[in-house]
Amino acid sequence: MAATDTQPDDPQVLRTVDGVPLKTALAVASRRARIRAFFLVVPLLVFILLTFAVPIGQMLSRSFTDDKFSANMVELGKWFDANGKAAPDEAAYAALAADLKTASEEKTAGNIGTRINYELPGTRSLFTSAARKAKDLEPPFKEAILALDPQWARADLWAAMRSASAAATLNFYQAALDRQIGADGNFEAAPENVQIYVKLFIRTFVMSVVITGLCLLLGFPVAHLLAVLPLRHASLLMILVLLPFWTSLLVRTTSWMVLLQSQGVVNDLLVALGVITTDGRLEMMYNQTGTIIAMTHILLPFMILPLYSVMKTIPPSYARAARSLGATSWTTFRRIYLPQTVSGIGAGGILCFILAVGYYITPALVGGADGTLISNQIAFHMQKSLNWSLAAALAAMLLAAVLILYWAYDRLVGIDNMKLG
Amino acid sequence: MALPIYADPLERIWYYSYRVICALIFIFLIAPILIIMPLSFNVEPYFTFTPEMLRLDPDGYSMRWYDNLLTFGMAAPDALRDGSWWADAWANAKWIQAAKNSIIVGFFSTIVATVLGTIAAMGLSRPEMPFRKLIMAILISPMIVPIIITATGLFFFYSDIGLSGTYFGLVMAHATLGIPFVIITVTATMMGFDRSLIRAAQNMGAGPVTTFFKVQLPLITPGVVSGALFAFVTSFDEVVVVLFVGSHEQQTIPRQMWNGIREQISPSILAVATILVIFSICLLTVVELLRRRSERLRGVTPA
Amino acid sequence: MKKLLILSTALSTFAFAASAQEVVLMSWGGAYGKSQTEAYLKPFTAETGIKTTMVDADNPATPVKAMVEANNVTVDVVDIEYADAIRLCDEGLLEPLDPAILPPGDDGTPAMDDFLPGAVTDCSVATIVFSTMYAYDTTKFPNGGPKTMADFFNTEAFPGKRGMRKGAKANLEMALMADGVPAAEVYEVLATPEGVDRAFAMMDKIKADTVWWEAGAQPPQLLADGEVVMSTAYNGRIFAAAVSEGKPFESVWDGQVYEYDVLAIPKGAKNLEAATQFLAYATGTQRLADQAKYISYGPARKSSGPLVGLYEDGKTEMGPYMPTAAANLTNALASDFEFWADRDTQLNERFNSWLLN
Repeated sequence: MAATDTQPDDPQVLRTVDGVPLKTALAVASRRARIRAFFLVVPLLVFILLTFAVPIGQMLSRSFTDDKFSANMVELGKWFDANGKAAPDEAAYAALAADLKTASEEKTAGNIGTRINYELPGTRSLFTSAARKAKDLEPPFKEAILALDPQWARADLWAAMRSASAAATLNFYQAALDRQIGADGNFEAAPENVQIYVKLFIRTFVMSVVITGLCLLLGFPVAHLLAVLPLRHASLLMILVLLPFWTSLLVRTTSWMVLLQSQGVVNDLLVALGVITTDGRLEMMYNQTGTIIAMTHILLPFMILPLYSVMKTIPPSYARAARSLGATSWTTFRRIYLPQTVSGIGAGGILCFILAVGYYITPALVGGADGTLISNQIAFHMQKSLNWSLAAALAAMLLAAVLILYWAYDRLVGIDNMKLG
Repeated sequence: MALPIYADPLERIWYYSYRVICALIFIFLIAPILIIMPLSFNVEPYFTFTPEMLRLDPDGYSMRWYDNLLTFGMAAPDALRDGSWWADAWANAKWIQAAKNSIIVGFFSTIVATVLGTIAAMGLSRPEMPFRKLIMAILISPMIVPIIITATGLFFFYSDIGLSGTYFGLVMAHATLGIPFVIITVTATMMGFDRSLIRAAQNMGAGPVTTFFKVQLPLITPGVVSGALFAFVTSFDEVVVVLFVGSHEQQTIPRQMWNGIREQISPSILAVATILVIFSICLLTVVELLRRRSERLRGVTPA
Repeated sequence: MKKLLILSTALSTFAFAASAQEVVLMSWGGAYGKSQTEAYLKPFTAETGIKTTMVDADNPATPVKAMVEANNVTVDVVDIEYADAIRLCDEGLLEPLDPAILPPGDDGTPAMDDFLPGAVTDCSVATIVFSTMYAYDTTKFPNGGPKTMADFFNTEAFPGKRGMRKGAKANLEMALMADGVPAAEVYEVLATPEGVDRAFAMMDKIKADTVWWEAGAQPPQLLADGEVVMSTAYNGRIFAAAVSEGKPFESVWDGQVYEYDVLAIPKGAKNLEAATQFLAYATGTQRLADQAKYISYGPARKSSGPLVGLYEDGKTEMGPYMPTAAANLTNALASDFEFWADRDTQLNERFNSWLLN
């Protein structure tokens, strides 16, 4: 730029009225336009940041910390800092006794025990009952505490306490992967009967695949029909797709509960038709069947709409050309039509899958014990077991999976091509 | 797609069975929504068609569950139905309270979502918008992130800053959930907007404000209204966030339904469901009319 | 921005309107909630003019803990199980209670002598004795229904779906009693790892046939809908469905587990003063006796006993339907609050992984 300024009369450089080179002026103008456009988005970005990104980020940060133990077991924390992985000596037991005494005064024994119980199921009562008797403890503390319960000598218990004496931890991710602290203080696979989360993740993904598959199976023919019918007929039929889309989720779930119960409409109909006997009524609710049926119905419009918008752009002439060149109708469909719908299948499939993976309400109402998904387990730890850090760890893993899918969706379809109705 | 004349018999069979299959899928889509309507008039507290109902005997039908919606929660439901009875219903009936709450929260969150969303969509639809894809991805993410994650995040955040159990907090949360819908619909409308119209207006001496109100707004209004309706429905149908951040004061219709469904699906729930279905039919009609109007305005004619 | 200002002003007016003195009671909903509304809330509002609100929860003890820990307490009084009250009190999640606020019995007996033993604790006052037992649909068993707890776990002799509460408490005890452990030894056995395994092994037998309920209102509904043929339930709910709605439900008292239900104030309740006033009012002689008019739970005050009369229908004698009626206590278990206060968390954890596996 400086070079052009030194040669003001260079006729090669186009200038605006006030003498600024046109190139610069355009650059300035376009930067201003960019800034102006950006400023229109700023209020919303700030809003989303405050009501969405910050809360979620803050919640996820809980998955790395839990100070229920570290904040309340100060003396023992000091001992761990000084002695590391050494075997607990009398000083350690003295620190433990002092902390338990404080815990009983401040009523924090339950919290402390709960924290260790996350790592070693079955140890919470050790803390609560010891705290109750803590004020009577006399030196030598090691013997006194072991007299309360010999379990206090367990190596894995001390390993768990050492690991919990720092608030920052990765233990909740270990727990979310069905691993726990072993006797040697290292992580190992949890016993078979308490391994649930990996299974639950797998179940969530398998069920989402099944539901997405069913949506595709049911959505494809319908979308095709809508795309090839004359627009007047198609838009009438489109209402049948859009009405469920606009109807309350709870209403649709309620309908399925009414339809699927053992004394419900579907069973009654089957009995009336003689397909089943009154005693042989099908169980379609409070299990996976119910969840799959209801969720397929709820997510079907999300499959049909993207498929439809892709199919509408496919010119029928290709298929006619294929037929006239001698292809059978099946070959025409397989070799000519189907490849052109792939982007629609991708868009609908990923969208359905993303929504299915995070589903909560429908499985909670019709899922029963084996129809629940990972979201329900997050809700369980949030509301019932109150293991918030574990809930956050599970949420982080689910969120990661969803974001990867979201990224894939963007690569494949482009977020700006998302359409509703 | 009429059946071509050169179709062989197999293709003829397929042609008709394909139509039957599609019809069955449409039934699958629509039947669950329609079937609850007659059931909500069942005189008996069952969820199936009684013989009287199938015979279309008027004795098999009644409005008792709708009446129940009014009386549930009232101080004196059995009193004479005069002015004070209705005042009682208006003040105490649980479903009426829930409807009031839903409408208040839905209305304000729709306004927040629509105003912020429309302004942002104006920026996003400009060709010069920087980081367009990334920003779009962020703004649409509330629709993609599982609702349970959003709800738990808000639970802790609101508890910390004291917004839990307030209407304000709930309105903000619902606005967030509605924003992706506004962004998607309004951006789509604006993308189809012919930007030379703006230049034309400016050429004729209109300032940016006049241009916006006289040229842009009338053309994008259908998109904005559909977006607003989407946002309203999102809030009107939302239960998980309400469960996590609302207190008993923010008892909305979905939350009341949720409680009802979990404990016992009384036919009253079906009555509410029926009302909601009729409500969504109305909304859908409005959206469809708007879409057609928008297409007409922009000169797109149905083929 | 201006719009936002108007908006926030409008919204804060709502917030202020709601902050007047009131008592929010969180309870178990359904027939039980109704009994409390009729016996406590309505007369309390009539007498004091303080507004009352009822909020339902599956088990109020869990939201209380969540509320206090998140520092976001929106209820003033909670109705919880005795063991949970002990546990929450130990953890500092409930306001301490001064027994001096409790009124003496209507017959003049001092409060502490009037309440049943153990009914008043550091943080809570018992209102009723309730029982977890099971009931069956008589129409499903024309040739005679189940009689004992063992029958509940016997799907060969009594086929059909079962309903059970989604949780460890009461279920494990029932499983052990069904497995032949005498009521007096149940907690001794359950305190050992082998005992817990034994209880879960027993539950394995019916796991595939079980529908799990969470809210107390669900079992009568599951029975009425035919989703299950028998279900564990809170006895009052079955009574309400059987007597007031005429449902064909028969209660089986063998192996019932009974316990106090208490009122307590969560730490940090917004209307502490009104809540305390309510607590004292609701646990008075007449109130407890009145509650028994709406649901078959025994009052926790001795002086209320003689005042308990007929059900609200005006003809059903409540006595035989109470968990504490002599005929119902032949093989009954008093829930051990210390056991559950200590082990609730870990046994529920075990239960949940058992459920998902």
